[in-house]
Amino acid sequence: MSAATATATATAPAPTAGGLSPAARTAIKVVVWVAVVGVLYWVPQYFTPVQVGLFTKVIALAFAALGLNLLTGYSGLISVGHGAFMGVGAYTTAILVADHGWSHGAALVASAAAAFVLGVLIGLPALRIKGLYLALVTLALATLFPEVVKRYGDVTGGTQGLRVPKFKAPEATDLANDQWIYYVAVVLLVLSFVAVRNLVHSRVGRALIASRDNETAAETMGVHLSAYRVVVFGISAMLAGMGGAVNVWQTNFVDPGQFGIVLSITVLVAVVVGGAATILGPAVGAYLVVWLPNGDILPPAVMPDLILKDNPELIDLVFGAALIALMMLAPYGLVGGIKLALYRLKQRRAVAAAGKAPPGGGEPAVSTA
Amino acid sequence: MSPLLDVRDLHAGYGPITVLRGIDLTVEDGEIVVVLGANGAGKTTLLRALSGMIAGKGSATVDGNSVLGRRPDQIVRLGVAHVPQGRGTITDLTVDENLQLGAYARKDGEIEADKERWFELFPRLRERRTQTAGSMSGGEQQMLAIARALMARPRLLLLDEPSLGLAPLVTQEVFRSLAQVNAEQGTAVLVVEQNANLALDVGNRGYVLETGGIVAAGSAQQLQQDEAVRKAYLGY
Repeated sequence: MSAATATATATAPAPTAGGLSPAARTAIKVVVWVAVVGVLYWVPQYFTPVQVGLFTKVIALAFAALGLNLLTGYSGLISVGHGAFMGVGAYTTAILVADHGWSHGAALVASAAAAFVLGVLIGLPALRIKGLYLALVTLALATLFPEVVKRYGDVTGGTQGLRVPKFKAPEATDLANDQWIYYVAVVLLVLSFVAVRNLVHSRVGRALIASRDNETAAETMGVHLSAYRVVVFGISAMLAGMGGAVNVWQTNFVDPGQFGIVLSITVLVAVVVGGAATILGPAVGAYLVVWLPNGDILPPAVMPDLILKDNPELIDLVFGAALIALMMLAPYGLVGGIKLALYRLKQRRAVAAAGKAPPGGGEPAVSTA
Repeated sequence: MSPLLDVRDLHAGYGPITVLRGIDLTVEDGEIVVVLGANGAGKTTLLRALSGMIAGKGSATVDGNSVLGRRPDQIVRLGVAHVPQGRGTITDLTVDENLQLGAYARKDGEIEADKERWFELFPRLRERRTQTAGSMSGGEQQMLAIARALMARPRLLLLDEPSLGLAPLVTQEVFRSLAQVNAEQGTAVLVVEQNANLALDVGNRGYVLETGGIVAAGSAQQLQQDEAVRKAYLGY
């Protein structure tokens, strides 16, 4: 008997629980993909250049959040220093483009490489320390980065910052600069998300999740923990570095103040609010942390406009309160909460269909893969 | 022929604390060997030293290759699979994914076929294959942990107290499955247990471990009849 037929018979009873045939699932997937691509394409056609700039900022943060999610969400290694990796990426691009005449594309590659190397270096202590102690090391990185930038002012521009030439749209594309930057960034981001998704669902991803959930079990399966931890730190930092480069495309300017501890915390907030250890969580979270305090992009910012227009000093307060409320309503983040709700619905249907208790029962530990 | 696992004068511990003080022990190909011992005797330490999780001194070889000084992932590739205490399934992964993980160190194309084999042995796992491991009962998780270890196609399976936290009937089922794997695949098993009766029923030979040293050894029957062993571990 072939394994394939056996698998088919084994999974045959499952659809009662899911309720959808594989064909219907594929159809839904195609519709969702077309809709997502459509919306991403349409954004810079509809919005003003300033708003498109905000969307590009979302993309920059989403890169960093995607990286941090791989590290913290899937591998269980905490970092509160991803703002610094963004900073390394941003400064690499800024210095190479402004002072050495590199193209933005080539500088992006260099930014990714520089952040990867720093990530590996910071990952080395992660072999010995974990949890809060690792958080402290990365916190030190976050606080140190702006100081290092200030110290080496002749290269970095110091506290004055550095102006960076614009990333201009090639004439053949007939796009405005803001649109061009957005499209390049969003394509890179989508590719990165697909890459991370595939990584998480691969043999490597299972090893990462295993090392997070149960080190002993992972080791006894032959997973070389140290090698994984160092490399995943590098990849995570690399994604943040790319986010930093994208950020420069949009701002055309870097200074040490942009890459302090607040940025690191913002990235962490994006991951947690969006849903740690979910694929799309970081993107949703990045959108939220830009939208909540700005409100200049969809959905039309009812809250900031009405309450905050005359009281801009309240923005941080409202932002904080909104985060607390959100975490109480959806402790696994937005995407995690939706997954949990879908799972419960499925269970309830299965129970209704079978007229008995669900197999195994119990809450799912919010699924990660 | 030399034994599959040959342990001589093994010392191991944690930092300055020595737990094992000179262990001699062998497991032949295809044999089930039981290590009995009370809490704190060093049973878990023994398995951890053999699978490379902690350092050890002395000598311990699998098929002539020393395991001391090797990393856990290297020892897995020597054909040793370890089912750690407390099961150690990955709760967020599904049954299927846990089994895939078990084959982590393998690169051949027979992984699906192997999964089928263990689904035959543990039918309950087949029913639950798309469920996360964390949503299953303790007995099912123990079976999953064993199946996952077997996915590595080990020559030697190290089992740490498989009966821990399981109902007696479930424990029996687990041991029956073990005996079946051993009979069909010829996988050698080194199992440490407090539940001496069940373990000695399926085992060929046994050792008694007390405060870091072997105090008795013999065939399973000999140990079951031994006065001291009976009093201490069999409870009658």
